[in-house]
Amino acid sequence: MLWFANPANFLWLANRLIPWLAGLSAAILAVGLYLAFFVAPADYQQGDTVRIMFIHVPAAWLSMFCYGLMALAALGTLVWRHPLADAAQQAAAPLGAAFTFICLVTGSLWGKPMWGTWWVWDARLTSVLVLFIIYLGLIALWRTIEEPALAGRAAAILTLVGCVNLPIIKFSVDWWNTLHQPASVFRLGGPTIHPSMLWPLLIMALGATLLFVTLHLMATRNEILRRRLRRLSILAVQDRRAVPTAEGARS
Amino acid sequence: MSDHAAYILAAYGLTVIVVLGVIAAIVIDRRRIERALERFPVRGAETDNRS
Repeated sequence: MLWFANPANFLWLANRLIPWLAGLSAAILAVGLYLAFFVAPADYQQGDTVRIMFIHVPAAWLSMFCYGLMALAALGTLVWRHPLADAAQQAAAPLGAAFTFICLVTGSLWGKPMWGTWWVWDARLTSVLVLFIIYLGLIALWRTIEEPALAGRAAAILTLVGCVNLPIIKFSVDWWNTLHQPASVFRLGGPTIHPSMLWPLLIMALGATLLFVTLHLMATRNEILRRRLRRLSILAVQDRRAVPTAEGARS
Repeated sequence: MSDHAAYILAAYGLTVIVVLGVIAAIVIDRRRIERALERFPVRGAETDNRS
């Protein structure tokens, strides 16, 4: 694990893993989509609209998984000041925002025909919207502060503060009377979904998770290279400044 | 498919657009950084000596 935390080792491993992970996630998503559209039956109440769940639910899980990952990376930034943790956190934020956006929009597209409305300010929907806004806030914070180390620490603190939203999202359907249905997969009594729909959902979730991991590795690799570029740019400026000074000393 | 086919297609279509957009943004960003890195001479300590 420590070997992997070295940026040079990370780049070496990421370059080799990314093509395999990309291929595997594409294959699993293709199988998942086939099962979702051609094998899973229409729901007796929702009809074919239930097929939106095969992308909505994995996107919802990933929006929270991504934030959990960022919180761990934030600890790595604040406690160990590890540069890879900061790069991983910064790379994850746009991905988290994208998956939360997909979750919100597909939920809305499911809600209109099923609930008769695009949006309600119930606890689950509102807390996920807050998560989306936190992601956007974090991206804006990194872009606003020029000093990378300071931006990393500020973003890490904000990420950890925002963690309070994760249990609110998860348990909002239990704590409050919401229009959103309660948990139907990860619950104490086991899933309430019929296996004919559960398996396509789990396969889509696995494919989406692998896609997320692939994209996160690619984005983290970009962040490491961007920091290398910044370091080289600073060194080049210092070299240019040093040359006239040396010539001045000789004359 | 059903009366709600437009909602289903819109949900999947939008997901595909967002995911492809994210992939394109990452790939374009990588190419831009690599082009910028090519301007600098190779420094022993700065290069990934494994690749």
